[in-house]
Amino acid sequence: MTPPTPTSGSRHAISRGVSLYSFQEEYFLRTMSVEDCVAAVADMGARGIEVIPEQSIPGYPVLTDAFVTRWHHWMRAYGTTPVATNAFLDTKLHPDRRLTLDEQTSSVRRDIDIAVRLGAPIVKATINFSPEVMEAAAPYAEEHGVQLLLEVHAPFHYRHPWIVEHLEVMDRVGAHVLGLMPDMGIHVRRFPRVVSDRALRDGARPELVDFIVRTYDDRGDTHALMDIVNYRGGGPVEFALARQATHYIWTDPKEMLAHMPFIGHVQAKFYEMTDDGGEYSIPYEEIVPVLVEGGFAGCLSSEYEGNRHIQDAYDVDSVEQVRRQQSMLDRLLGETA
Amino acid sequence: MFDKYIICEDGFRARRDGRPGGELDVRMPYYRGLFLSMVEAVDLVLDDRAVPREHTTLIVHGTTYTFDEMPHVTDDRWEMGERAVLAFETDEPLTPGEHDVAVSIRLRISYMPVPGGGHSRKRLPLAPGAGEAA
Repeated sequence: MTPPTPTSGSRHAISRGVSLYSFQEEYFLRTMSVEDCVAAVADMGARGIEVIPEQSIPGYPVLTDAFVTRWHHWMRAYGTTPVATNAFLDTKLHPDRRLTLDEQTSSVRRDIDIAVRLGAPIVKATINFSPEVMEAAAPYAEEHGVQLLLEVHAPFHYRHPWIVEHLEVMDRVGAHVLGLMPDMGIHVRRFPRVVSDRALRDGARPELVDFIVRTYDDRGDTHALMDIVNYRGGGPVEFALARQATHYIWTDPKEMLAHMPFIGHVQAKFYEMTDDGGEYSIPYEEIVPVLVEGGFAGCLSSEYEGNRHIQDAYDVDSVEQVRRQQSMLDRLLGETA
Repeated sequence: MFDKYIICEDGFRARRDGRPGGELDVRMPYYRGLFLSMVEAVDLVLDDRAVPREHTTLIVHGTTYTFDEMPHVTDDRWEMGERAVLAFETDEPLTPGEHDVAVSIRLRISYMPVPGGGHSRKRLPLAPGAGEAA
C-alpha cells in the first residue's frame, strides 16, 4: 500500500485527509452518499480517506464483497487512499453486564478485519479502549499489518493517568503496532464561538455565557464553573455550557514532540472555519509547525464538528467548512516546508 | 446532536393494520449506527399524553421489535440516519388533522457515563394509513 503523496514541500512528509465524519449532517440526511463524500474530499485536493464503518457502511458489521468492491473502485476513480478506520468499543452492548476482555478483543479484531478489507493501515481506538484491550488486541493488529492508535481526546491529555497507563503498554508493545492519534480538540485555546452562540440562541443568560467563555479563555479555574453558574441563577442551558468548558482543554502543541514516535495520525478537529480562513478556537498556525518539527509523517485528517452547534439556525455546509480547513492546512504545510 | 431530525415530518400516519393508533418515522440522533440492545427507550408523548411503552413497537428495516425484546437484540442495528417506524396503539382511532408528537430517545453509549440520546417535538398532520383512501 502506498501512502498518500505529501501535498507540498520537501521538509515534511505530512499528507492531508478527511474523516467522512465531517459530512455527518449531509450523510445523515442522505443529501450526500458515501461516494459523494469521497468525491468531495478528492475535489478539495486531499487524498486520505478516514471512515467510521458503523456510520458509512450499511449493514455493518457485515461487510459485503459488493461494498468492498465499490469502495476500492471509488478509491481508484477519485485517486484517494484509505488512511484510517474508526473503531468503537461497545463495552455496554448488553444492558446487564460489561463485555469481557475476550469479547472486547473480538470486537477489535472484527474492526481490524474491516480495516484490512478496506485497505486502511490504521484503526482509531476511541478513548474508552482500556490499556488491557489494546495490549490484548496488539498481536492480531501486528499480524495483519494494522496500527491501533488510541485517540487522545479532550478532556484527556498526555499526562492524564489514563493516557499514561496506555503509554506504558505502547512502550512495551512498540510503536509499529500501538500508538496515539491526537485529536486537536485538546488544543482549544479559545472557547468555540459556535457553542456559546448556540447557548445564547437556546436562551442562556448573556452575562453567564460571557462569564463561562472568559473563564475558559483566560485559563481560569473551570472546575467549579457549574456551581458558580448555579449560584448565579443559571439553568440547564447554562449548566451544559459550563460543563462544556470543563471538557475542552488547552494543551501546548509542543507537548506532541515528546510523543512523536507514537503519533501515527492526527485528527484535525475543528469547530468553525472563519471567513478569513482560520479556525476560530484551535491555533493550527502553531500546531502544524510542531508536527513538521517533530517529523510527523502521517495524515492530518479533517474532523468537522461544528454542524451540531449551528444546525438550529443555519444551513450546514460541511463541504465548504472542510474545504476551508484543507486550504488552511495546505497553506500552513507549504509555508513551513 | 441530531435532535431536530428525530421526527420525520412526512412520516406520521394511521396504523397500516387498521388497529387504532399510528406510525411515526423516527431517526436516531447519533452519528453512528447502534445495535438495538443499546437503544434503551424511544418514548412517545402524543397530544401531551404519554403512550405506554408496551403499546409501542419499533420497526427497523422491516423487522418489528417490542421494547421488551430490544435489550437482547445484539445482531441487528439501527443505522445512522435510517428511518425506523415507531408504531403505537391507542384506545381510540386517531382523529384526522394535526397532532402534537414528542419523542425522546435514550441510548447507551459505551464511552459516556450518562445516557445519550435526544428529544424532539413537532406538530404534524396525520396522513391516512397505507391502503386507506386519502
